[in-house]
Amino acid sequence: MNNLEELEIQLLLEGVFRHYGFDFRNYALASIKRRIWNAVRAENLRTISGLQERLLHDPVCLERFLLGLSVNVTSMFRDPTFYLAFRQKVVPLLRTYPFIRIWHAGCSTGEEVYSMAILLHEEGLYHRCRIYATDMNESVLRQAKAGIFSIHLMQEYTQLYLKAGGKYSFSEYYTAAYDNAIFRSTLKENLIFSQHNLATDSSFNEFNVILCRNVLIYFNNTLQDRVHKLLYESLGTFGILGLGQQETLSLTKYEDRYEELERREKLYRRIQ
Amino acid sequence: MRSWKGVKSFTDGFSSKQAPRQPHFELVVVGTSLGGLSALETLLNGLPSNFPAAVAIVQHRHKESNTGLSEFLQSCSLLPLQDAADKAAIVPGHVYLAPADYHLLVESVGWFALSTDMPVSYARPSIDVLFESAADAYGHHTIGIILTGSGGDGAQGLARIKACGGLAIVQDPQTAESQMMPKAAIATTAVDWILPLADIAPRLIHLCQPVIR
Ligand SMILES: C[S@@+](CC[C@H](N)C(=O)[O-])C[C@H]1O[C@@H](n2cnc3c(N)ncnc32)[C@H](O)[C@@H]1O
Repeated sequence: MNNLEELEIQLLLEGVFRHYGFDFRNYALASIKRRIWNAVRAENLRTISGLQERLLHDPVCLERFLLGLSVNVTSMFRDPTFYLAFRQKVVPLLRTYPFIRIWHAGCSTGEEVYSMAILLHEEGLYHRCRIYATDMNESVLRQAKAGIFSIHLMQEYTQLYLKAGGKYSFSEYYTAAYDNAIFRSTLKENLIFSQHNLATDSSFNEFNVILCRNVLIYFNNTLQDRVHKLLYESLGTFGILGLGQQETLSLTKYEDRYEELERREKLYRRIQ
Repeated sequence: MRSWKGVKSFTDGFSSKQAPRQPHFELVVVGTSLGGLSALETLLNGLPSNFPAAVAIVQHRHKESNTGLSEFLQSCSLLPLQDAADKAAIVPGHVYLAPADYHLLVESVGWFALSTDMPVSYARPSIDVLFESAADAYGHHTIGIILTGSGGDGAQGLARIKACGGLAIVQDPQTAESQMMPKAAIATTAVDWILPLADIAPRLIHLCQPVIR
């Protein structure tokens, strides 16, 4: 990478942080650079400095920038084997708790939150659960809160639901209206959506389960360390941590504080 | 920013005035789709256990096909081969495979990163994404190789590798199970070598031999 580009990226991220408080300074460089250039092109600009000028003077541009920068790719029952393992290994542990607090950190548009609500409902645990779902991005949280997804996705989600060990008919969980699938409001009863930024905010509760999947890959080592500390401190003893399929605790400072509950599915249990 | 300094000092180190203009390749990136399995078998078979550069591969595949491919490719290779993990080290003489449904990127010299960004030209992992990030980090120490495949993924990435001073090799379309990808690459980039599949590994060995100073 040439030095001017590097400088422009640093200035842009520093400016966004100082002016708006969104801290992307420790995001993994290679992928954030691609997304910055995507934003430059989407704004019909030629340089990163040009984008910086517009961003600092136009909060609406910031909204678009945030949406483009935070990769919101998600799915219901993403990696169905993860949910299968959760049913088999984690649910029996949760049964022994009178009350269960779960945190989805970086929940995007909420698909995995509704997936978990359905799973817990089928296991007869949902009424004892409180699920906190957070993301730094307010516009994806608005979509998550609504619980309305495109009807065209339902066929694929049904397959994933079945692979995840789903027990009933998936279509029981939503009503179809035009192009939308509106998820049953009973699923929302114990969900709390709120904004939380893993790069700058602190712990806000103690949890039995934390899922932070496909978020840490966007961070560099410095920020990954910060977030691992935050997650660790937010888990009760014997609490469960679930990471994304290609993420791992090995080589982090926190490796020794967890045991592997299910290696392939990146499910860990805090032991100290 | 601290983490970005590494890149800078690396490039500085190699562009200093009296540095030999001799190529010294450290990273080989390979992209393929349709027909890639047997092409990769031939390529990997041809690399000796003392091959000095790291190799990173994108093979387009279905998003749920996470098992099997790395075992198969390992069975064809004398070099240790693994799925590339997030923030994993890039070690010389190792072969890395982009996992299904993730983009594989070179984060900086010596390190990979993964992302689940939107597919690029319908592909995740995308060859362009790997190649462009490799070119940015490794500059003229990069070799890009396009093997058999359908579609045009990889052409942009190969062009970036050339623009950053690296080398571009494309499988001779005549010897490719699917010619589209090699042809797209040849049309977009002034490639250095168009080679029959069987000649690519010998060429790599020749190119990557450590420079004797
Ligand atoms: C690829 S999505 C993952 C969604 C979901 N967890 C899954 O695995 O399907 C990544 C999410 O992380 C969020 N994110 C990125 N940086 C964040 C930060 N610093 N704090 C909180 N959320 C963040 C993005 O807004 C995005 O919604």
